[in-house]
Amino acid sequence: MQKKVFVQGLILAAVLIVPLLLNYMGHPFYLDLATRLCILAIAAVGLNLILGYGGMISFGHAAYLGLGAYAVGIPAHHWLYGGMDAIATTNGFVQFGLALLVSGIFALLTGLVCLKVKGVYFIMITMAFAQMVYYLFISIAEYGGDDGLVIDTRSEFPLVNFDDATQLFTICAVSLFFVMWLVWRISKSQFGMVLAGIKGNEQRMIAMGYNTFAYKLAAYVISGMICGFSGALLGNFTTFISPEMIDWARSGELMFMVILGGVATTFGPLLGAITFIILEEVLSTITIYWHLPFGLLLIGVVMFVKGGLSALIPKAGDKE
Amino acid sequence: MDYTLFVIQLLNGLQLGILLFLVASGLTLVFGILDFVNLAHGSVYMLGAFICASLTFALGNFVYALLISLPIVAVIGYGFERLIARPLYERDHLDHVLGTFGAILVIDTLAHMIWGPAGIAIPLPAALDGQTQLAPDIIVPTFRLAIITAGLIAAAGLYWLVNHTRTGMLIRAGASNRTMVTALGVDIQALFSFVFAIGAALAGLAGMLIAPITEASLGMGNNIIITAFVVIIVGGIGSMKGAFLAALLIGMIDTLGRAFLDDIFKLFMSSSAAENSAPAISSMSIYLIMASILFFRPQGLFPPKLR
Repeated sequence: MQKKVFVQGLILAAVLIVPLLLNYMGHPFYLDLATRLCILAIAAVGLNLILGYGGMISFGHAAYLGLGAYAVGIPAHHWLYGGMDAIATTNGFVQFGLALLVSGIFALLTGLVCLKVKGVYFIMITMAFAQMVYYLFISIAEYGGDDGLVIDTRSEFPLVNFDDATQLFTICAVSLFFVMWLVWRISKSQFGMVLAGIKGNEQRMIAMGYNTFAYKLAAYVISGMICGFSGALLGNFTTFISPEMIDWARSGELMFMVILGGVATTFGPLLGAITFIILEEVLSTITIYWHLPFGLLLIGVVMFVKGGLSALIPKAGDKE
Repeated sequence: MDYTLFVIQLLNGLQLGILLFLVASGLTLVFGILDFVNLAHGSVYMLGAFICASLTFALGNFVYALLISLPIVAVIGYGFERLIARPLYERDHLDHVLGTFGAILVIDTLAHMIWGPAGIAIPLPAALDGQTQLAPDIIVPTFRLAIITAGLIAAAGLYWLVNHTRTGMLIRAGASNRTMVTALGVDIQALFSFVFAIGAALAGLAGMLIAPITEASLGMGNNIIITAFVVIIVGGIGSMKGAFLAALLIGMIDTLGRAFLDDIFKLFMSSSAAENSAPAISSMSIYLIMASILFFRPQGLFPPKLR
């Protein structure tokens, strides 16, 4: 137990300190990489809440990343070019609030429909809603349509400056730690226990008198909002958002991170995201055909690795 | 709306519907019988297009190339079943989705390595390249009629295979009660491989037929596979009749929506509002239909009869 806590602390410290150190030594590239890592890890942690703890396989979570990023991009666009005065701002609180609000409402509305169906139908209907968002943004010419939207001004907060790469990274890393803590707290709470019970045997939870639909819906909304938040950070990081971010392949990658790292674990999504980023970075510098080894690895993980990376490295996982 | 444009769009919708059916039929067979979610089915569609393109240049004739490509694609489907699908049958849908997602990456990259990043246009033989006059005002490209005809022939062949042969009887039996068929001593593994090969040949055929119009390109499979899933869910998973009718329905709605929705919207809203909202609504429409079907009638419009 002691050893486990030590390894976990080491991983978190490494995620925070190594990129800052490398940046200080004159390798800002790694800082960018780590920022992207933290943002994707936040989304993976959010997806893990429903996929891992709740057993709801969402194939459309890239939609929330997109919604979050557009919630930063659209107000910034109107602030610069006029129109839509109600939301035209670069104020970070408004933009991030909007990201949480929009992704929460979208999750609530689609969740009401999606959670009525089960199994493979759930996979397909979550994907269908993500496709709707995808085509929605493709067809809005004002926000760039197919070509995407350049976010000219990053979110503005008092005290911190998102234009500074070090500060943006620190914010992302701290947010990641907070979100990991939040989902860990949720999973250990009474709410989390009910969710795990629903995953194990929903009929039994219904028989025990729980309104399982409400529990699942609440988890679905929280998960969507976490991904929306991650999207808002992503928009600030890339300063560009395009419908391609909502493509179903992106949702597949998010699922891959969660499965690879290990479902229903606190550190799983982080480990999955780290592996994904490192693989993408290493393989894509070796060959432009990096999807080939990547796809083979994905197939191999699905076929041969049970429980993901955190099961391979037992000390790093937090499953009892 | 003028009449000529409407008829031409109707034919385009029919053509899209038939291509969708060719892709969806394999998907619904595999899904219905094996309960296997195969995202990589769209990659076979793409492979069909590329292989046919290469053979067209090698042989100098599109029709011969198509006929030779068909068995090649069927063999690829057979190999895919043995290597990727079979180990995953007993797993849950999440593993199917991730495993076949990995297969898409592998197949797409292999295609990228073999055929390069650019699309390949396929030249048509002179006989298919012209225009045909259907009625006084209606002139359509001959090849579009050829696609519709070839697709209908394939659909009829599939109907005959499934409904009037012993193999087809086993396939139908497998779709309604897999355990019972195994208990009766049928080699269900061989049947599964056969179904995969047939499905791959049909999806490949769709790719070969569309390639002369859109050219063979890397992303083409990933675009159609999602629409094909919409088709089989709307039609009812495992149902051939459902897949056929839903494919025509989705093909029509998609095509006619893109063509005429802004005109329809202009009847009751300002023309600028109609021009802004119509493209969004029309591209979302098939997903809206799928979501409502799943919500109100999860078994689909024409579910297969189960015992």
